[in-house]
Amino acid sequence: MVGLGLDLSVLENPSKSAATDAQLDGLSVGVDLGMQSFPLPQVHDLDSFEREVMEYVKPSHGTTTLGFIFQGGVIMAVDSRASMGSYISSQTVKKVIEINPFLLGTMAGGAADCQFWLRNLGTQCRLYELNTGKRITVRAASKLLANTMYSYKGMGLSMGTMVAGWDATGPGLYYVDSDGQRTKGQVFSVGSGSLYAYGVLDQGYKWDLDVETAVELGRRAIYHATFRDAVSGGTVSVYHVTEKGWTKISGTDVGELHYEYYDNPEKHPCNGTQPI
Amino acid sequence: MSIFEYNGSAIIGMAGKECVAIGSDLRFGVQFQTLATDYQKIYRIHDKLYLGLAGLGTDAQTLAARFKFKHNMYKLREERDIRPSTFGQLVSSTLYEKRFGPYFCSPVVAGLDKDNVPYLCGMDTIGAIETAKDFMVAGTAPDSLYGMCESMFRPDLEPEELFEVLSQCLLAGTDRDALSGWGAIVHVITKDKTNSRTLKGRMD
Repeated sequence: MVGLGLDLSVLENPSKSAATDAQLDGLSVGVDLGMQSFPLPQVHDLDSFEREVMEYVKPSHGTTTLGFIFQGGVIMAVDSRASMGSYISSQTVKKVIEINPFLLGTMAGGAADCQFWLRNLGTQCRLYELNTGKRITVRAASKLLANTMYSYKGMGLSMGTMVAGWDATGPGLYYVDSDGQRTKGQVFSVGSGSLYAYGVLDQGYKWDLDVETAVELGRRAIYHATFRDAVSGGTVSVYHVTEKGWTKISGTDVGELHYEYYDNPEKHPCNGTQPI
Repeated sequence: MSIFEYNGSAIIGMAGKECVAIGSDLRFGVQFQTLATDYQKIYRIHDKLYLGLAGLGTDAQTLAARFKFKHNMYKLREERDIRPSTFGQLVSSTLYEKRFGPYFCSPVVAGLDKDNVPYLCGMDTIGAIETAKDFMVAGTAPDSLYGMCESMFRPDLEPEELFEVLSQCLLAGTDRDALSGWGAIVHVITKDKTNSRTLKGRMD
């Protein structure tokens, strides 16, 4: 699909390529990329076959991810656990996907689906840049992903993702999922531990938060989700997005973080009752 | 999801030289939601006999109460504590009573018998006894626990070494299971006393 009518002259001087034709070309290339053709299995009942297959190809079931916009930019925080049923298959999954220096995506649902389609989104965004000479907006990038998701609707893709970044209009945060839903928002949390994370996040969120407090809020919300949710855990990673692009702030092992927050196990609110 | 995985648990019993140890995790949850981190799954029958009950929490509590009652009745009749091997048989027959509607629990019995010989056994839900000279595991992550015990166990461990080996097996084993962990407790039974210690573990 790459190369279909792609004018390579734009590579030489991106700033000059703002002609309407090239723009249209760029858009069509982007759309093509989002709709690659995957071979379909030769079965009588595709729907029930896909449903059965889903049980085998969906490893990253438990997850907690969150993102919020505040006075100082965007905070994204995630855990790092992948599980298959109750078995923990990895504690070191990268759930923030770095699309480009100004765009981040998060991963919840099927790991392969998220990795593939967010990388695919990165490609589409780069081609947009090459064709127009401008950085893509968060609004446009999330819509490219949502359109891709919609074109595969009903085929068993599983992902709940947040697309966050900074563009000419300022900070941006969108929720996009495999049903094709796309929502703009200020505070989101996605995954099996999202309810726990929302509890902490809503309690501590204010627009005027300073950066240090905002980072700590994100980390704490994920930590509390990993504590309550059996299928979230591993390490808490926090990212911060500003007009200069994203930076990774921290990656902390929950095994240590817990005892930082609660150094005396006997004082923990979940302890201190003798059931029998 | 299986009823055995409703609450989540991990139990290891391990034999040493004139000592025996039994340990469990401390999580009490409902499916993937963790509700408490100080929930003990090991019940003291007498000074030299402990019973671990993995599986469905409600059935474990019912069974623990029944065994406490049965041991009290046994003491009144016999005027002595029950022997671990006898208690193993008692657990087995109590479970088989419910052959067609079982308690959803797998027990681990650990105790010191006459001459301080370790006694260790485990059972399925309807009372099929499996005695072991080395170790016995039960819970939601038996594969990980077996793997750890299989590679860490040595015969004739002294009490302190036994504590260390069992603790490492329990903590490492539960790190691969989402439904158990959140700290642990280990009881080491020796001829003159039982040493019970709680362990710090990963809390996720």
